[in-house]
Amino acid sequence: MKGMTTIVKKTTQLIAGMVFMYGIYVIIHGHLTPGGGFAGGVILAGSFILLILAFGSDFVKLMKEETGSTLYENLAILTVLLLALSGLLLGTRIFFMNWMPKGTLGQLISAGMLPLYNIFVGIEVAASILTIFLALVIFKEEMKE
Amino acid sequence: MEIAIAIITGLMIIGALYAIHAKDLLSAVIACGIVGYGLVICFLLLKAPDLAIVQIVVETITLIIMVAVVLDSSREEKFSKPDPQGYVSMTLSALILGVMLYFFIISVSSLDEFGKSTLRMAGPYIEGATEKTGSANLVTGVVFDFRGYDTLGEATVLVTAVLGVLTILRIKGKK
Repeated sequence: MKGMTTIVKKTTQLIAGMVFMYGIYVIIHGHLTPGGGFAGGVILAGSFILLILAFGSDFVKLMKEETGSTLYENLAILTVLLLALSGLLLGTRIFFMNWMPKGTLGQLISAGMLPLYNIFVGIEVAASILTIFLALVIFKEEMKE
Repeated sequence: MEIAIAIITGLMIIGALYAIHAKDLLSAVIACGIVGYGLVICFLLLKAPDLAIVQIVVETITLIIMVAVVLDSSREEKFSKPDPQGYVSMTLSALILGVMLYFFIISVSSLDEFGKSTLRMAGPYIEGATEKTGSANLVTGVVFDFRGYDTLGEATVLVTAVLGVLTILRIKGKK
């Protein structure tokens, strides 16, 4: 896949990091402000897609990235499942039990398990969207040969 | 506010109709974007910022991927449209439209008034969510605590969709 012109590349260099940081902010503050795992994950995937579209990439590197993103996706959904199962081992034995201490309302580290769920669902969504995009790009490169 | 939502919904319908009939596929894709971004404004007017953020981000990513696909393949529709003067198709579509309208009118008369839903679960959710979950954002509290099963199902649907895409879009087998 070819890259774009120098103007697009320079602008992407300036913006992509900020988009990435904004995605992390939306995920981590999911239990305080609007947003959360799903929205932040898609923003994270957007920063990667921006970089790939602007700079281009060769076939071998794309295949490596796809392997990595599928690995992250499956590990993240597995972790969400294990976190939900951990409620079955403690206390009143309820699936999706919020057994961690709640903390004070409105602080960054509060609300028990909710930030953990947010973070891992965010990783899962970001890796899924990136994997779908990479699969489409790889399909196009394979069609050319 | 209801007038504004009515105007935006009308614009969305016009955009969807244009997307079907456009000759150029690129303008059809852009017209599809009208529907998505109109929905974002509707969500903001109805005071649902969580949904609006998700909708605007997903719409942008989808539009980028669709524009990239159109620019890479062809910009004109390849197949010809069916003959509009066929009597069978005309009568069948008129019949189906009439039946659908009949059921639509029946179901609309039994709905609640706009903005006044009478769900029994809404009250306890709004009152007790902040103390029970400890999260300042009520939506996250409901999504990850009270309705945890739903969220797990959504995440699993996404994983299954990725598995399907990877299976279909593979020309050479992996060794």
